[in-house]
Amino acid sequence: MLEILELLQGNSRLTPAQIAVLTGRKEQEVKAIIEKLEADKTIIKYFTLINWEKAGVEKVSALIEVKMSPQRDVGFDAVAERIYRFPEVKTVHLMSGAYDLAVFVEGVTMKEVALFVATKLATIENVISTATHFVLKTYKQDGFIFEDKETDKRLVISP
Amino acid sequence: MSKWSNYINPTVRQIPPSGIRRFFDLAAEMEGVISLGVGEPDFVTPWHIREACIYSLHRGSTTYTSNHGLLELREEIANYLGSQGVHYNPKKEILVTVGVSEALDLALRTLVCPGDEVIIPTPCYVSYLPCTELAGGVPVTVATSMEDQFRLTADKLEAVITPKSKVLLLCFPNNPTGAIMDRQNLLNIAEVVRKHDLLVISDEIYDRLTYTGHHTCFASLPGMQERTIVLNGFSKAYAMTGWRLGYAAANEEFIAAMTKIHQYTMLCAPITAQVSALEALRHGKSAMQDMVTQYNRRRRLVVHGFKEIGLPCFEPGGAFYAFPYIGHTGLTAAEFAESLLLEEKVAVIPGDVFGPGGEGCVRCSYASSLEDLTEALQRMGRFLKRRGLHNSKVVYL
Repeated sequence: MLEILELLQGNSRLTPAQIAVLTGRKEQEVKAIIEKLEADKTIIKYFTLINWEKAGVEKVSALIEVKMSPQRDVGFDAVAERIYRFPEVKTVHLMSGAYDLAVFVEGVTMKEVALFVATKLATIENVISTATHFVLKTYKQDGFIFEDKETDKRLVISP
Repeated sequence: MSKWSNYINPTVRQIPPSGIRRFFDLAAEMEGVISLGVGEPDFVTPWHIREACIYSLHRGSTTYTSNHGLLELREEIANYLGSQGVHYNPKKEILVTVGVSEALDLALRTLVCPGDEVIIPTPCYVSYLPCTELAGGVPVTVATSMEDQFRLTADKLEAVITPKSKVLLLCFPNNPTGAIMDRQNLLNIAEVVRKHDLLVISDEIYDRLTYTGHHTCFASLPGMQERTIVLNGFSKAYAMTGWRLGYAAANEEFIAAMTKIHQYTMLCAPITAQVSALEALRHGKSAMQDMVTQYNRRRRLVVHGFKEIGLPCFEPGGAFYAFPYIGHTGLTAAEFAESLLLEEKVAVIPGDVFGPGGEGCVRCSYASSLEDLTEALQRMGRFLKRRGLHNSKVVYL
């Protein structure tokens, strides 16, 4: 099962037939496993990782450090939910260390992102402070290097 | 023929250049070739190993080491071999060499006297026969076959033994067939070795690239450590081909004799490579296992693909080579490889280059990306279709 997940994470376009060849399983068996993983939400969604900069699309991403005070019974969860429901927010992690939430926000311009933080995020009750760090360049994401300079330098034929 | 011919050592003069060379020259002039002819990993050395090398240079590790190699490295090698069930004293029974190639040359030159016979199961790595001859020995080949899954059998071995037989040279998992020998197969061979008082050089460079069953180190078999020189290295398992680092493990007296040649020729292996190998042994297991997982998937893809396009192929259990049968195409292995290269720009190596038993097959390395392997299978399918031999569809990626 783990091998199937790993293969799909690397290339979500692989078909059950192809996965069956690579793993040495039967196609029907692979299909059944994938269906079960989808049903129980182990597989949440199939994504395509895109280098938007290369596609000519201007996007601004920022990491917002959020400090907040936890609430009785629900801890950080209720505030986190209020934050992750915003469509501008792409990723939210609860963190240990100097701040509580790491919030990744995307927008078209820096001003748009800054306004979102100032008017929507910072004003939420229990949010104590925010610190915004704009992403200047993405080198690696989700395990994939965007501009890998290492190419196959092997000779065409060797012993 | 120039006057130089008269000066060149006749043994060197009569050894033909590697049969692979001709295909290298042919393929090198072509664009867009997908190569299944490369006997090395398509991964670069894992980053932490490269980083350890860079750090060692910062620290100024640029000196000679002991002839035997860094003691720390030999200790790690001894630990690794210990995990394979065979125990060596790192101070006296392990020699670090410049690749397994040097270790093989040293072992043969140390063992072989003029006229001694070295028994070599074939198909085999292209260096085995010439290195035997350069050492003054006489190579005696034993052809293995697809019916025997390219394994050496005790009967076949026994059949070629003469009073001059001295050494058996084994390489399992095997280059070029991908064949492996399980413990029982090796015990049968060990019985013959003991009976005829042979010594064994066991090249186990592909030991960690074993996909079906477990690798058995030949020296770990009862009574075999005292008769065996184990050769191994870092090129294949850790994607470190260019670092040229290998080792030999054997009896103290034999290692001392090998070291004499080593100290007068190589002196020692490069320290940067030794430091990197140390890092590989200490912390490289996870990266190595990731690569093995990738090879295994590729192995399944190519074996499945060959069968689908109509090339019978026994299932390789180790290394990163498949050895499909092409005899039914009506072409010799050399004709098949050359036509495939010229018509479809796919480079494979004719099996006869690897000695008797290899004719009728071609060596295909699957140390390439899944995309390249799929493209190569498509092209090979097209090649066979033109000859009316493509009988099915490939599951393309």
